Amino acid sequence: MAREIYQAIVDGILVGGVYALMAVGLTLIFGVLDIINIAQGVMVILGAYLSYELAARLHIDLFLGLLVTVPAMFVIGVVIQWAFIRPLRGRERTSMTLLVSYAVALIIEGLLYEFFGANSRQLNASYVTSSVHVFGFYLSYIYLYGFVLALVLVAALFTLLYRTKFGRSVRATMQDATAARLIGINISRVAAITYGIGVAVTAAGGMVFGATNAFNPNSGYDLISRLLAIIVLGGLGSIGGALAASIFMITLESVVDIWQPTWAIVVFYAALVLVLLIRPTGLFGRKAVRAQ
Amino acid sequence: MSEDLIEGRSGLSRLRGLGGLQLAFVVALLAVAVAFPVLFPSPVATNYGVFALIFVAVASAWNLFSGFSGYISLGNAVFFGSGAYALGIAARDWHVTGTAVFALLPLSAAVGALIAVPFGLIALRVRRHTFIVITIAVFFIFQLMAYNFSFTGGTTGLDAPFLPWAPQTYNNPFYYIALGCAVGAIALSWLIRRSRFGLQLRAIRDDEDRARGLGVHAMRVKLSAFVVAGAVTGLVGGVWFFYLGQVEPSSGFDPLFDLSVVLMSFLGGLGTVSGPVLGALIIEPGQLYLTANTNGYISEILLGSLFLVAVLLVPRGIIPTGGEYIRRLTRRGRAAIPAAVPSVPQAPDTAPVQEAQR
Repeated sequence: MAREIYQAIVDGILVGGVYALMAVGLTLIFGVLDIINIAQGVMVILGAYLSYELAARLHIDLFLGLLVTVPAMFVIGVVIQWAFIRPLRGRERTSMTLLVSYAVALIIEGLLYEFFGANSRQLNASYVTSSVHVFGFYLSYIYLYGFVLALVLVAALFTLLYRTKFGRSVRATMQDATAARLIGINISRVAAITYGIGVAVTAAGGMVFGATNAFNPNSGYDLISRLLAIIVLGGLGSIGGALAASIFMITLESVVDIWQPTWAIVVFYAALVLVLLIRPTGLFGRKAVRAQ
Repeated sequence: MSEDLIEGRSGLSRLRGLGGLQLAFVVALLAVAVAFPVLFPSPVATNYGVFALIFVAVASAWNLFSGFSGYISLGNAVFFGSGAYALGIAARDWHVTGTAVFALLPLSAAVGALIAVPFGLIALRVRRHTFIVITIAVFFIFQLMAYNFSFTGGTTGLDAPFLPWAPQTYNNPFYYIALGCAVGAIALSWLIRRSRFGLQLRAIRDDEDRARGLGVHAMRVKLSAFVVAGAVTGLVGGVWFFYLGQVEPSSGFDPLFDLSVVLMSFLGGLGTVSGPVLGALIIEPGQLYLTANTNGYISEILLGSLFLVAVLLVPRGIIPTGGEYIRRLTRRGRAAIPAAVPSVPQAPDTAPVQEAQR
């Protein structure tokens, strides 16, 4: 029993790392643009399909393919932000942007159905099926590689945010958009690039997700609800919170899964509701997130 | 905030009795709705009618909480599905058959209202995005419960008692029940909008902290509206279940349902009484037509595109934008009336969430 629990915890941490990557993108978009990007879930799936196409048609390795899919998703993100999110302003902006991103999600989902059909697929490579035996645990290579990839990308994001001039302007915009604008930060540009980055990480997240799970165009809903639960639990707009909450939630789910596979995901949402009852701002949230 | 409340007050005096023209319009519309199954007796047409009216009712119910209070709920399918399941479980366990099932409809409403109480007590503690996410989370909890419990019938769901009616006129009783629900929901939202309660809700939407400071019991007001919305949505869920004859976890608790009611209200005009009605009458038949005549995915793409276009062209909804247009036409030639409230400076690209940090 104890051995199963350890295994579940290790799995949870490895998978949680990948969720962390996707959640950081989502919470970053929230922090800078003040929108919940519902389309994030289906964009992960889109990223998975892009990797699938590259691997199946051009025989490009999944990890190598990221060199193509990540910039592609970045461009898609910038275009969506520029065309549909930038024009929105006014009092109902919060809910409007939410619905716009929902509409974008619907369109992408419909297009994916149109091109790829409803059958489930899974990404395949030599390291997806083989596993390694470390310290008595069986670890699939893809989980290990995915975790390392997530670590590298999250570290890169942190460097970008905390060590560069652009990152400073992003953080300034997150703190106070009006003040940031007053000191000469071009917030439209920051918003567009941040949205692009937030979407670009889904390409990597989608590749690992697609290699570890069967997916079809409909899988985005399940993903986005998990990601939303994670970033709210971590505190909206808190990057560290998103990291911690991903690892915590996915590990929790993975452990509960040992006894109650069908109820594991309920525990996931129940944990969210419970935490918010005690701390409405989430684990690492700021007061401002709750205020109107 | 003052802008809307002033508008509300003048609206109140204007609506003390509906204007003659408006009254005539409403009566005419109602007459058309009542006569519809006689004019178009084919089951195909009445099927469209039943679904359109069902969505008129649920969109109005959504709007009377979310539209008035500004708390956008993406979890109203919880009430809808629960109402449907409550009816199905009661009919099965109490061995109710035939038309007697209609007597169980109040149960659906009661279940909707009862679920809204704990749901609201948890979710209404948080605002804006967090509220939306909690409603989504609760929605998924309910969908999973429907999948996993045995008394809900699991993946296969439940069947409604069989009605031995002729297929040609099968839809008609449902049409009139749905019409009753729709008229009831519209009347309710009209009454709430012009009442003190409705003003309190809109004060909460504009500035909850200030409303609280002015003596509005925010939690009580929000929860009451949430419960009303839950009751109406639950009731309609029961009707919908009985009409379709079955419910599954994925159809009763459908994320597209949540999205649709929000889209309808937004397209017509959030927070207006007639907006959700118009939105539902446009979107639901359109969606039915597209699903029947295309491969479903196309309808999804078109629905999404329609919404994107609507948001970019008429961001405030058809009713407010159209009303403004008509007012401008009728005022042409008269002296320009200066705006009562100085125009608000354009919000920057990123909305000022951090304003409250001060």
